[in-house]
Amino acid sequence: MGVTEPVLLVIVVATALAFDFTNGFHDTGNAMATSIATRALKPKQAVILSAVLNAAGAFLSLTVAATIAKGIVDAGVVTLPVVLAGLVGGIVWNLVTWLLGIPSSSSHALVGGVVGAVLAAAGTSGVLWTGLVSKVLLPALIAPVVAIGVAAVATRLVTMITKDVPQVQNDRLFRWGQIGSASLVSLAHGTNDAQKSMGIILLALIAAGAVPSDASVPLWVIIACAAAMALGTYTGGWRVIRTLGKGLVELESRQGMAAETSSAAVIMLSSHFGYSLSTTHVATGSILGSGVGLRGASVRWGVAGRMALAWLVTVPAAAAVGAACFGVDAALGAWGVVGLLLVACIGIVYRASKRPVHAGNVNEPWGADEVVAGSVVEHDPSLLAVGPQGSSAHVDEDGR
Amino acid sequence: MSNYVEWDALGQVILVGLVVGAGLPALFAVGVRMVASPDARDERGELPMWRKASAGAAFGAVALAIVAAVAAIAAGGH
Repeated sequence: MGVTEPVLLVIVVATALAFDFTNGFHDTGNAMATSIATRALKPKQAVILSAVLNAAGAFLSLTVAATIAKGIVDAGVVTLPVVLAGLVGGIVWNLVTWLLGIPSSSSHALVGGVVGAVLAAAGTSGVLWTGLVSKVLLPALIAPVVAIGVAAVATRLVTMITKDVPQVQNDRLFRWGQIGSASLVSLAHGTNDAQKSMGIILLALIAAGAVPSDASVPLWVIIACAAAMALGTYTGGWRVIRTLGKGLVELESRQGMAAETSSAAVIMLSSHFGYSLSTTHVATGSILGSGVGLRGASVRWGVAGRMALAWLVTVPAAAAVGAACFGVDAALGAWGVVGLLLVACIGIVYRASKRPVHAGNVNEPWGADEVVAGSVVEHDPSLLAVGPQGSSAHVDEDGR
Repeated sequence: MSNYVEWDALGQVILVGLVVGAGLPALFAVGVRMVASPDARDERGELPMWRKASAGAAFGAVALAIVAAVAAIAAGGH
């Protein structure tokens, strides 16, 4: 059988892999931020472990469905240009939130991009609004609340049980629990999210007539998706990791372990019971909950509030980019969209390079002028003082 | 509102999530307490048998839960 639009197909597949990369890159922090913040793992060790487990997760379960935004948009209007515009919307929103250091759901970004492209292509009738509200918008509000509750109870129980155990022993032993639970989150992420990209590529291959409509995922697609996600995870979205690990709560090992176990439990159970919650929303909620559950811990709710706002904006913002890309595609063709994406990427990476966050400075004390920070009054000005405390953080070049 | 939220599924997630998500860390904490609480070791600095056994049971149960979780992921529980 002939491939109908080979160039467009290649562009869509490449863009899907690029999205897969940003997905891994953006979500490293969900699993590893707590382990990095409590120094259970060195930053580089953490991202390598997470990358390997994400790749393993991609191979672990291969029940891939060739769908995109199922139940949220009318499947009849999803053409290759719509998929391409949706992917670009997702990538751009992932990069913008990375620049701002805000953890935000990659799957919601993708859904938003596709919704925008569908709106541009078919108008409001192409979007299943009930599905959008019940599958995307409400879960974004519910997930963090559930995770805060579970993680707060877990943290309270753990700290009560171990309250007379010396802190050194607690840190030493709970690190292992922390690494184990964080590994599970990574594995589940690889399985869940790599499959989404595989599904999109499979859908594109079928749509272009490159494989029969009942084909299963070709091996090269699995390998490419696993590799793109692992590479993204290894690159590490350090800005997001920093916000999750240092920006919300000052974490110790017991909290990290309680938070990651809650995340793993809620994420897996939500898929099991058919009520999908975003990994990012659950992981963020769990970290907040570990601050709520520990007596005397303070939570920077201002930072959390900014995130919640970003989650509500995710779908409309990605939709705007998706719709714009669909328009560009109609006017200039797929290469126009690729050009737009490249310009956006270069611009965002350039802005990020002005104030880089990397493995070496990811654990520095949270400052009052941080990009995500709400206001100065929520922070401890002594952290910014020039002196032994400030300088010791700078000596810490390799993140130890 | 009830049309928009699947309360049954959500309720199960919350209930089982609390049991597993809070129960496993608590079990792990019991294990830690068994081997590391201030009065854990006797005058010769050794752990009594019952403490070793309970710690082993607690950590073993947690390890088993992790294996079960990996199996669930592999079986396509997602």
